[in-house]
Amino acid sequence: MINIEIDGKKLSVEPGEMIIEVADKAGIAIPRFCYHKKLSIAANCRMCLVEVENAPKPLPACATPVGEGMKVYTQSEKTIEAQKSVMEFLLINHPLDCPICDQGGECELQDVAMGYGEGVSRFTEGKRTVKDKDIGPLIATELTRCIHCTRCVRFGEEVAGIQELGAVQRGEHMKIATYIEGSVDSELSGNVIDLCPVGALTSKPFRFSARAWEMQQRPTIAPHDGVGSHLYLHVMGNQVKRVVPREAEAINETWIADRDRYSYESLHHADRVTKPLVKQEGVWKETDWSQALEVVAKQLNIIAKNDGADQIGCLASPSATLEEHYLLQKWLRALGCQNIDHRLRKTDFRVKEQAPQSAALPCEFTDVEYYDRFLLIGSYLRKDIPMLNHRVRKAVMLGAEVSVLNPVDYDFNFDVAHALISDVRLLSTQLAGILKALSANAPLFSTLPDYLRQVSPDPAQQAVADSLKAGEKVMLFLGSLALHHPEAGLLKALAEGIAKETSGELAFLHEGANAVGARLAGAMPHVGAAGSALPTPGLDAAAMTHAPRKAYVLHQIEPEWDCAYSAQTLQALEQAEFVVALNTFQSDTMLDYADVILPAAAFTETSGTYVNLAGHWQSFEGAVVPQGEARPAWKILRVLANLHDVEGFDYTASTEVRDELKQQVEESAAQSHEVAGQTDTSSLKSYSASRDNTQQGLVRLTETPLYRTDAFVRRSPALQQTTDNQRTGVRVSRQVAEQYKLDPAHPVTLQQGDYSVSLPWQVDEALPGNHVWTAGVAGLGAPFGAIELTQGKVS
Amino acid sequence: MAKIDLLSSEVRAEIDKWIAKYPAEKKRSAVVGALTAVQDAHGGSLTPALMEAVAEYLDLPPIAVLEVASFYTLYDLKPVGQHKIYLCTNVSCMLCGSDQIAEHLKERLGIGFGETTADGKFTLKEVECLAACAGAPMMQVDKTYHENLTRERVDDILAEFD
Ligand code: SF4
Ligand code: FES
Ligand code: FES
Repeated sequence: MINIEIDGKKLSVEPGEMIIEVADKAGIAIPRFCYHKKLSIAANCRMCLVEVENAPKPLPACATPVGEGMKVYTQSEKTIEAQKSVMEFLLINHPLDCPICDQGGECELQDVAMGYGEGVSRFTEGKRTVKDKDIGPLIATELTRCIHCTRCVRFGEEVAGIQELGAVQRGEHMKIATYIEGSVDSELSGNVIDLCPVGALTSKPFRFSARAWEMQQRPTIAPHDGVGSHLYLHVMGNQVKRVVPREAEAINETWIADRDRYSYESLHHADRVTKPLVKQEGVWKETDWSQALEVVAKQLNIIAKNDGADQIGCLASPSATLEEHYLLQKWLRALGCQNIDHRLRKTDFRVKEQAPQSAALPCEFTDVEYYDRFLLIGSYLRKDIPMLNHRVRKAVMLGAEVSVLNPVDYDFNFDVAHALISDVRLLSTQLAGILKALSANAPLFSTLPDYLRQVSPDPAQQAVADSLKAGEKVMLFLGSLALHHPEAGLLKALAEGIAKETSGELAFLHEGANAVGARLAGAMPHVGAAGSALPTPGLDAAAMTHAPRKAYVLHQIEPEWDCAYSAQTLQALEQAEFVVALNTFQSDTMLDYADVILPAAAFTETSGTYVNLAGHWQSFEGAVVPQGEARPAWKILRVLANLHDVEGFDYTASTEVRDELKQQVEESAAQSHEVAGQTDTSSLKSYSASRDNTQQGLVRLTETPLYRTDAFVRRSPALQQTTDNQRTGVRVSRQVAEQYKLDPAHPVTLQQGDYSVSLPWQVDEALPGNHVWTAGVAGLGAPFGAIELTQGKVS
Repeated sequence: MAKIDLLSSEVRAEIDKWIAKYPAEKKRSAVVGALTAVQDAHGGSLTPALMEAVAEYLDLPPIAVLEVASFYTLYDLKPVGQHKIYLCTNVSCMLCGSDQIAEHLKERLGIGFGETTADGKFTLKEVECLAACAGAPMMQVDKTYHENLTRERVDDILAEFD
């Protein structure tokens, strides 16, 4: 530690820190534009000039390291004079159009100009102007206002991992631009809006819809992935006008993904259900809550009585709150129904998850940066969980090596050391090869089916094994593709085997905002809340589809997009005697299959908790009043349970629900740790039966693109227009296109058993042969099953 | 066809020379040399396709190449004449009469700054200090500096290209 003085205040500081960092920590204000604590130092704006004793001229505080005995003056005449001069220069080319600028009232330039600017400009010459550019649906540009701090450029290079904006031309003509009218497509792009200290980059959907001082800022938690980024909602009246990050170093640092920033747009979508709806003799009627709830309670009662409570099935979104998951299972289990699941896109349930884990990551998000070897198994981490990907990227910057095993050669924003791009049917073979390369007689082999015992590692698998072996801290990720894979159980066992041989740890990249919470809350058919044992297990999500139930309770899902077997699920729902949907939105499909629709409040309108992948219980409060007659789902469930005379449902706040579960979890904590190596391996041999050993036919490959993950993002117009979201339709490898002589002018027809759809298609060079890629395609069969392809419309 | 195929083997060899001068992970440092080599091999100017080829070759995002290509007056992003005349009009040259030289050049060539003669022979460019102030006023024609200019000297120099 060394001693310095700022404005006479004695400070003991770390050597090597910059003056501005020290001053920030001590609460001493120094104006700045280009400096940002999360970006590299550019020192190009000169706004932070300060007087330093014995220095001949003022020095930039952001780029001057502290030294022993240094005396800094942030308020001296020399400092103020320097800062005023810089301000005058910066304003020369600035349009000073604050009244018509969206940033007005929350502009760093405006604020600093209030402090250091002159009331009157001495500059009478013409000002420079820059023509506006369209850089995509998310960010509006007004580059005449740009002060060339280059924060946005550095963000692209340093954080997003892809430089999309740059400073072209020089001097007077310098401007921020994309390469030749390109758009900014990073999944983290919206952060440049917060970084831009002026109104040059602003939010396109929000533009001109409210002033900073008209809005109130309310904290909440992001509802789309397992990070649970901390957010602020900016609210005017009862409307969420925009979403910005709330700093949380351990979770999302100062950033958020675009998905979390723009999904609020869905809140006022025309599909919102604002009144309870009941179908009577085929006709939908708006009704009041008590009637609608009566109908639900009565119909479920009838079916439970006549056909047995196991004729009820419940499918819940993995992004529902912990409280909702808990109440759903508590209520239905009290009726005698165990058929409840939130693992909607999972297809292989042969290996049961034993007790729920308290976290899906072996460490905090911040610790991920300090692992030095990663193996990503079936994951497009960058688009699936952008903020977690950011941590892995940081690890790579520190020298970590990442290997990936994927059926698609995804475009990561860090260097991939070893990429195994494999037929999706052979993922387990690939992992077995890696395991063999690590240890030819790993104990796991004796439990594996023959086709995996017999593998001999190829050089690529050997390279991955060598990379992992050389690591000190190894982490394996099972991504959504691995978790939803038809051999998910095998993949998990193999990943555990590899983890064991490399002293590594395993992380599960579950979908949704509350997958860990759902497991703890007991939203699974074979374990109750807090891992409690059940008398008899119920049906999992797939089984509820394959063995149709007479009644369904759907919670915040749209099966045609959210369930693995979309077509089959819809069929089951249509044939059911009674379907109640608790949902924020309605759709034509829902009006077809449902009998009652209960308007559930959106994530901004309810209180609740999400447990993120790192195991943090993140509670939040409702920020706005529910629209119309929508009600928080936990209250709806409370009343339903009351109508069924279930005991223990007199909660007056959602926190009581959470605390009840929390207590159970704490009591069972001792036994509720499922650690690597604990997979029940007794069933692994049975995988032989379902194995397609030929890999001859076409196979379907299903992905949920990041702006299709849930009902909210699917209804957010700006996100729907992004380049990322153009990854839709059908993609085939070049090999398939040639083999089937596909004509690009016509759609292809995909067929899986009884199900078929016709869609436009394109070639994807990143796909292996024999693969037909589909995204968000409703109306087909198994997501990774055999598929037939013909050209021409179905009649 | 990949953009990178636009680069001939000679150009690649030249770029590789530049790459070799820097640490392996600092390949981007070769961008100035690479753009110069590519521009020289393609009629004195750069096209988007050529910049993308350089980006691919050096493993850079294309915008990073455009930043450099648009920064230096030595690169042209529009087609140019056979020969490029860079006239310095910065302080020293201006004080020593670059205005008259500019006038003379414009008159002789019948074009203004940033323009190319109808016969495609010359492109005239106005540039900042080329670090030859001691010989002001000065201009650069292609790769050669010409100092202490007078109208007559300019005529002589231009005559060499007849
Ligand atoms: S657009 Fe904004 S962030 Fe980017 S350089 Fe200009 S002022 Fe800075
Ligand atoms: S903040 Fe220090 S130079 Fe910009
Ligand atoms: S001012 Fe012309 S060469 Fe320096």
